[in-house]
Amino acid sequence: MGRLSSPQALEKVRDEILKKRDPHQPLITVCGGTGCHASGCHQVVDAFRKVLQEQAKSDGVGFRVTGCHGFCERGPLVVIHPQKIMYQRVKPEDVPGIFQETVLDGKVIESLLYEHPTTGERISTEEEVPFYKKQMRIIFGNNGSIDPTQIEDYIAVGGYRALPKALFTMKPEEVIREVKKANLRGRGGGGFPAGLKWEQCRNAPGDIRYVICNADEGDPGAYMDRSLLEGNPHSVLEGMIIGAYAIGSPEGYIYVRNEYPLAVENVGVAISQARDLGLLGKDILGSGFDFDVRVSRGGGAFVCGESTALMSSIEGNVGEPRAKHIHTVASGLWDRPTNLNNVETWANVPVIIDHGADWYSRIGTEGSKGTKIFSVVGKVNNTGLVEVPMGITLREIVYEIGGGIPDGKKFKAVQTGGPSGGCIPESLMNLTVDFDRLTEAGSMMGSGGMIVMDESTCMVDVAKYFMNFLKDESCGKCTSCREGTKRMHELLTEITEGRGTLDHIDLLEELGWVTMEASLCALGGTAPNPVLSTIRYFRDEYKEHILNKRCPAKVCRAFLKYRILSDVCSMCGRCAKACPAEAISGKVKKKKEKGIPFAIDETKCIKCGMCFESCKFEAVEVQ
Amino acid sequence: MDSSAIDAIIEKYETKSSAILAILQDIQAKEKYLPKETLEYVGGKLQIPLNKIYRIATFYRAFSLNPRGRHEVCVCLGTACHVRGAQRIVDQMNLELGIRPGETTKDRNFTLETVNCLGVCAAGPVVAIDGQYFGKMSPGKVEGTVKKFRSEKPDKKEGLNGKA
Repeated sequence: MGRLSSPQALEKVRDEILKKRDPHQPLITVCGGTGCHASGCHQVVDAFRKVLQEQAKSDGVGFRVTGCHGFCERGPLVVIHPQKIMYQRVKPEDVPGIFQETVLDGKVIESLLYEHPTTGERISTEEEVPFYKKQMRIIFGNNGSIDPTQIEDYIAVGGYRALPKALFTMKPEEVIREVKKANLRGRGGGGFPAGLKWEQCRNAPGDIRYVICNADEGDPGAYMDRSLLEGNPHSVLEGMIIGAYAIGSPEGYIYVRNEYPLAVENVGVAISQARDLGLLGKDILGSGFDFDVRVSRGGGAFVCGESTALMSSIEGNVGEPRAKHIHTVASGLWDRPTNLNNVETWANVPVIIDHGADWYSRIGTEGSKGTKIFSVVGKVNNTGLVEVPMGITLREIVYEIGGGIPDGKKFKAVQTGGPSGGCIPESLMNLTVDFDRLTEAGSMMGSGGMIVMDESTCMVDVAKYFMNFLKDESCGKCTSCREGTKRMHELLTEITEGRGTLDHIDLLEELGWVTMEASLCALGGTAPNPVLSTIRYFRDEYKEHILNKRCPAKVCRAFLKYRILSDVCSMCGRCAKACPAEAISGKVKKKKEKGIPFAIDETKCIKCGMCFESCKFEAVEVQ
Repeated sequence: MDSSAIDAIIEKYETKSSAILAILQDIQAKEKYLPKETLEYVGGKLQIPLNKIYRIATFYRAFSLNPRGRHEVCVCLGTACHVRGAQRIVDQMNLELGIRPGETTKDRNFTLETVNCLGVCAAGPVVAIDGQYFGKMSPGKVEGTVKKFRSEKPDKKEGLNGKA
């Protein structure tokens, strides 16, 4: 394939690719997302490659390592086409069996299928699994069927169809009108209407305009942008090219976290492939429109997710935000009009142009259209990435898709919006999820992290955790943010260590409001949210720490006491061996000798919990 | 790092002073820290005052001004990992390696670091050692996980995903 100089040439390429692919031929796909990597998918990939090399019958069997499928909890995931049989938690030793029985003989291996948690029924295809059933995967769905390093795969699923449509059948203003009509709102957290931003940037005076893709996904607990960039980088690129055309920009940047090495790599590959085909660079598809993209790697500073700080970082400075009296759409990168959207927002653009705004705006709620990808993680059975239409309830996400709370524990809260968000309690579980409802509840959409917490999560500790994070990540420019986060962290630490008073709560609230009002950027402006929302919904838990010196979730160490129940102790000595402080003594029971039940010396105990974890007889009690 | 190696990195970015972040990242990746002499050399080449380079090098978490251990142990402290007990993994690492986050062992074998989120939230708590991910960690698994890297000779193959 050489440079394509017209939309017709692109369609010809698409036809050729599709002609070569027989959808009835067997195809093995293995999820190569980071979640599956952590559960050892590379060994499964190696095993498949070995089998395919050795087996004479492997001719015509396709093999593909794809992007993230989303169901990370059950990784490594393997899907066998054309039947679309999904195997989960596959081990390398399962591979020869899968090849022989399923790929060659067409039989299903029951033991590798997903088991319905309540009915026990074995489910053979992805679509039938409850985790996927309620989802609507218009952005994320292609991840599982394409190899992110092959542009042919993206073209085969209809990729780069929206681009020629925009370039050849729409004026830039029409593209903007379409995006406005679809009411696409920024998926990075703010929820600002993307079309309006594009229009302002297009109309701002200036010689050169820039577009930026914000892939500095810093919110802890959110990883959808990572999975999109790793698994389907061309969809983000296509969105950027269309946006650049609408805005009239010749140059774009992707600012990506350096902590995501695979995303950096795959984006680089995608850019060079798109350039080779003439989808990036000069005279794109013969339209006369020029646009190219560079990759900028972040330096691990959370504040660089803020637009002005990010631009300052691309310019080669420290990432400090500035006041936005003049918006970045008028004066951003190198003081030129700049339009910044995040990864997921850009990935929505080709879908809108391809299907039309009317189709798109039928999905979602009044104020929030389309879908949103959430990372449902923490104390929940089915952890992973889920894409749902806006307007779904929190209950549906946590219980129906997420499969509820493990180990029969009680749900306590769900934290959304990262460090800028808040904790939403059980009483609000029927809340519909969209930009406005979450803000009303004292939290926010953020980039889509959804951390589920159960009765063993301490809400004061969670607030302390976020303040610790924010005090480190505050760039220090505004006193209110620099000192406010620090002092709030101190107050929370005092409460968790048993030195709190009721005045601490009042002071936290007061300090929270000041920090919010007096800080320049959104980091400080939203920093108190985790504190204020936990006080709002879990005041009793704060009081329990302060008045009764007790941590109901048994998290805050100062209040914990470990004790070995002598009547349950089997005298195996495992706890004493595990104890790093040598605080446990007793005598191991042997065949002929009598043992002495083990006991903890409180003066030596460092409350690390190793004894609790090592005991197989539930003899260690936490008070 | 000799001057020709530094020159090669600088030229890769067309000797642009705006590429300072990328240049420092490449040096960090190679040397695992930013040696003072290298920073002086880069500053001279790009006409950037040394104080500005130090401001950048100390602002971003990715950079280190001190030499690092052969193996980098990175404990994720993202929210999803935190609610599943990541702090206890850090504490256990602390006991196991005898160093606190940010420190390097005396034999220069390990550096312990914490990171705000590795983006492997579904598998939390997560530890990355030299870019290799270990999911569903518990304090009890710490010793065994670190052991694999104790005996390993330095500079053996990188993790599948490169450096985390």
